[in-house]
Amino acid sequence: MPYFDYASGSPVDERVIEAMLPYMKQHYGNPSSVHSYGFEARKAVEEAREKVLSLVNGKNGDIIFTSGATEANNLAVIGYALRNARRGKHVMVSAVEHMSVINPAKFLQKQGFEVEFIPVNKYGEVDIGFIEERLRDDTILVSVQHANNEIGTIQPIVEISKVMENADAALHVDATASLGKIEVDTESLKVDMMTLSSNDIHGPRGVGGLFVKEGVRLQPIILGGGQERGLRSGTENVAAIVGFGVAAEIAKKEWKGDAEKMERLRDRIIENVLKIEESYLNGHPKKRLPNNVNVRFSYIEGESIILSLDMEGIQASTGSACSSKTLQPSHVLIACGLKHEEAHGSLLLTLGKYNTDEDVDKLLNVLPGVVERLRMMSPLYKAKRG
Amino acid sequence: MYSDKVFEHFRNPRNVGEIKDADGVGTVGNPVCGDLMTIYIKVENDRIKDIKFQTFGCAAAIATSSMATELAKGKTLKEALEITRDVVAEALGGLPKQKMHCSNLAADALRRAIVDYLRKNGKFDKIKELGLEKELEKMEKGETDDHGEYCEA
Repeated sequence: MPYFDYASGSPVDERVIEAMLPYMKQHYGNPSSVHSYGFEARKAVEEAREKVLSLVNGKNGDIIFTSGATEANNLAVIGYALRNARRGKHVMVSAVEHMSVINPAKFLQKQGFEVEFIPVNKYGEVDIGFIEERLRDDTILVSVQHANNEIGTIQPIVEISKVMENADAALHVDATASLGKIEVDTESLKVDMMTLSSNDIHGPRGVGGLFVKEGVRLQPIILGGGQERGLRSGTENVAAIVGFGVAAEIAKKEWKGDAEKMERLRDRIIENVLKIEESYLNGHPKKRLPNNVNVRFSYIEGESIILSLDMEGIQASTGSACSSKTLQPSHVLIACGLKHEEAHGSLLLTLGKYNTDEDVDKLLNVLPGVVERLRMMSPLYKAKRG
Repeated sequence: MYSDKVFEHFRNPRNVGEIKDADGVGTVGNPVCGDLMTIYIKVENDRIKDIKFQTFGCAAAIATSSMATELAKGKTLKEALEITRDVVAEALGGLPKQKMHCSNLAADALRRAIVDYLRKNGKFDKIKELGLEKELEKMEKGETDDHGEYCEA
């Protein structure tokens, strides 16, 4: 299927679905219950935790299962800041973080924290010099994603860790976009917290996790019966957690092969799409996720592009304001220095392990015509042509 | 999201293009906000004889342009002025709420094309008669139509 919107939603791997089913049919016990049904469910949750930890080399920490990456980011940013506020109130997050980091950071601002947004260069790479310069004794938290979900740029996390080596601040890394696409290792990246998503590695939706290194203290943001080491109350979503575990197990074995294939398809797409006149690549040309293509076309608008592609059976995404709920263009593209009118014409393709060369053939067949048709309708194109 | 009618007009937009020797031209919107459209009209005996549009924008912007031109074709200027944003949206089977303001500009572009025709032909009494003085004033000042609170530009 020429579906190129895997970052928005991915099919669940068949093997994952098979593994989940028994936990909805037979093994429906509550992991907190003190009887055999409960023990069985508890065992399944703990096995899944080990599998997810193993995927990210998390031997020196733990996974807190959440409802997804958004909740994990909220827990990391808000939970860490609230718990450690007496050490300081200075927090830095990058300007290109997912909204589930940006908005919690803005919430902290309202609670009296001093939040600084780390700028990025035109490729979306964070400015390490800014972090180094602004790091203070009262800086408690720095949050930078492993790779950007929109433009695919891979961030220099190892270098950031190095800069932070002697600081007291914790490093949170959102690895939602990178997991299963590039090496994700909590040890070599030296993170204190890392956000992980299930659906992005073909597990079910509604589950994710926060890796928390030993010794890192958090204030829970969902209070109740004290599940998940007291850090995330609510009865565990056992079937989904089991699915996440199996997806992690599969990803550990297969991600390299999948990534190689995606990278080859990605390069085919980029090389050919950029042959369209006045088309430009967004994001870093080299330090880039193997499944990400983000291009922009002058004179046309992104929502029109993706609806036109959809009419041809191809699914994609855009950073255009016209397709967003808030009617604001992508904050990522704007942070990279693009003008609003440039951000409007962006096309985002995220590949998955099920994409084939035939999918790419179809896309490359259809896209130039779509761009041409919309340009012929555009007064901007006409003005340019004279 | 969009109605079938919007999709239909997006897929097969009517009256796309430019009229080189147009009698009136109206442009509204701003590329910064993601929508810009131009409507061209030919007028004969006070009637819109021909009409074409060019639009940069989302599917709603293209569909409303198409629908507005279709509604206006053959109408007298007075009748064409009755084509408001709401009339266009209703003819399309409705528009998503957030698109009503930012992408539903075709009626305004049509209005401007009519004013442009009238001023080019010195018909200022007619502009007055049709209550278009304010529009003329805005156009003379070079004000683009605003997207209101929905766009920062």
